[in-house]
Amino acid sequence: MKLYFKYFSMHLRSQMQYKSQFFLSTLGQFLVAFGTFLGLQFLFDRFDNVGGFSYEEVLIGFAVMMMAFSTSELIGRGFDRFPLLLGNGGFDRVLVRPRNEIFQVLASQVEFTRLGRYVQAVAVLIFALPRSGIDWTWDKIAVLCLMILCGALVFFGLFMVYAAFTFFTVQGLEFMNILTDGTREHGRLPFGVYGDGILKFLTYVVPLALIQYYPLLYLVGRTDEVRFALAPLASLVFLLPCWAFFRFGLRHYKSTGS
Amino acid sequence: MRAYAAIFRVQFNNSIQYRAAALAGLSTQFAWGFMYILAFQAFYAVNPAAFPMTLEQTVSYIWIQQAFLALFAMWAYDYDIFDAIQSGHISYEMVRPVNLYNRWYTQTIANRIARVALRCAPILLVALVLPASMRLVLPSSAVQMGLFLLSMLMAACVAVGIVMLVYVSAFSSINAGGTRMIMASGGEFLTGGIIPIPFFPAGLRTVVELSPFGAMQNTPLLIFSGYLQGDALVRALAIQVFWLAALAVVGQFFMRRALRRVTVQGG
Repeated sequence: MKLYFKYFSMHLRSQMQYKSQFFLSTLGQFLVAFGTFLGLQFLFDRFDNVGGFSYEEVLIGFAVMMMAFSTSELIGRGFDRFPLLLGNGGFDRVLVRPRNEIFQVLASQVEFTRLGRYVQAVAVLIFALPRSGIDWTWDKIAVLCLMILCGALVFFGLFMVYAAFTFFTVQGLEFMNILTDGTREHGRLPFGVYGDGILKFLTYVVPLALIQYYPLLYLVGRTDEVRFALAPLASLVFLLPCWAFFRFGLRHYKSTGS
Repeated sequence: MRAYAAIFRVQFNNSIQYRAAALAGLSTQFAWGFMYILAFQAFYAVNPAAFPMTLEQTVSYIWIQQAFLALFAMWAYDYDIFDAIQSGHISYEMVRPVNLYNRWYTQTIANRIARVALRCAPILLVALVLPASMRLVLPSSAVQMGLFLLSMLMAACVAVGIVMLVYVSAFSSINAGGTRMIMASGGEFLTGGIIPIPFFPAGLRTVVELSPFGAMQNTPLLIFSGYLQGDALVRALAIQVFWLAALAVVGQFFMRRALRRVTVQGG
């Protein structure tokens, strides 16, 4: 852990060398997320709810998805660059070092400009929390934290699968973006809104509905059942196959030789 | 003119090689299209009266948008051009006896058309045979179809006109990463990439429709879906012609100025 923080501060210092570009990129990230937010805002100028969720309730789900994604991206950025690492043979160096491979991949890259999205998510959450009409008791605050934390871990698993695929293909696979960027973008609305098929897929295959839709139902008081509140914990099962797939890919690793 | 035709051909053939990337892009665009349509259907179910377009028009808008995404995209740049500016290869470009602005313009357009040529057909074919609630509906007349194609070409040119300004801005800042990103995100929203412009609040909508952003994907998509008709259609086309010309003039001017001042560091 201490070593990770050392890497962390190293990346921070190196990125701060180009200050104007750093801030412009962060601002850019902020604007990307802001466009999505503005889109929601304009839609709710016309419609007062969607699928029974009010504007403020939708915003809470939206902020949770963004915070989960950006937390995960901040830490798991190394996986995104993984095709590069494999392609240029850098991964061979990783393998010979006496540390866990996943740890080293993670530490190889930390992208701070992604904080722009984070700032946006926090702002939306602060805006939505008092207006949502939810009585913020301790258990509900705990559920909210659980949603963000488990959400970050599920996205982390997805990034890991993305990296594991490159063991076989060397190139990155764009279709994984549907599951990462796609769920983030479309997660601006509670997943239940998209109908049964999508909801089932996001419950049983990629369990992002477990960290957004079901606990949101509990937060807004549509259900009292504790199992909805604890749904995020169930999503963690998803990490097992992700991890196993990465190990499996690792065993099949052949160096590109460059 | 022959020189530009040749540049177009070379670039087109070059870009059309990336079939695997096109396939991956296809699956992404399908998924995106479906999710957008499902979301709009959910809003429609809440209050059909608050919909500025019909649901059918919205669905057609989304499919055509996904099919021709690469033609209008504000985030697609030709990285060779940024590289040339950054690395100093620009000096080779400058000794060639072609106008650099026109050359890059042709190159960027060719790139975009090649990318779309690979992707649009499968999306359109599938969208035409989907169940009725999600189906793409073709324009009712040949005139409408013709106007759509004309408007689409102009929209692509306006988009490239803006992209050219970003290229030129790279001359003064070397690294245009930040500018690019702000243009990509702001432009994406203002051109109607996230929600169609008719869904904007009235005041903002009027301003955006007069700006170059409204003259991009917005116009052809609304013509195709049958939302724009009569006088409004003629007006929208006129705005496109204006921005097309204005951006080219401004772009040429700034390009000439930048090229006069360019200093290539040795090495």
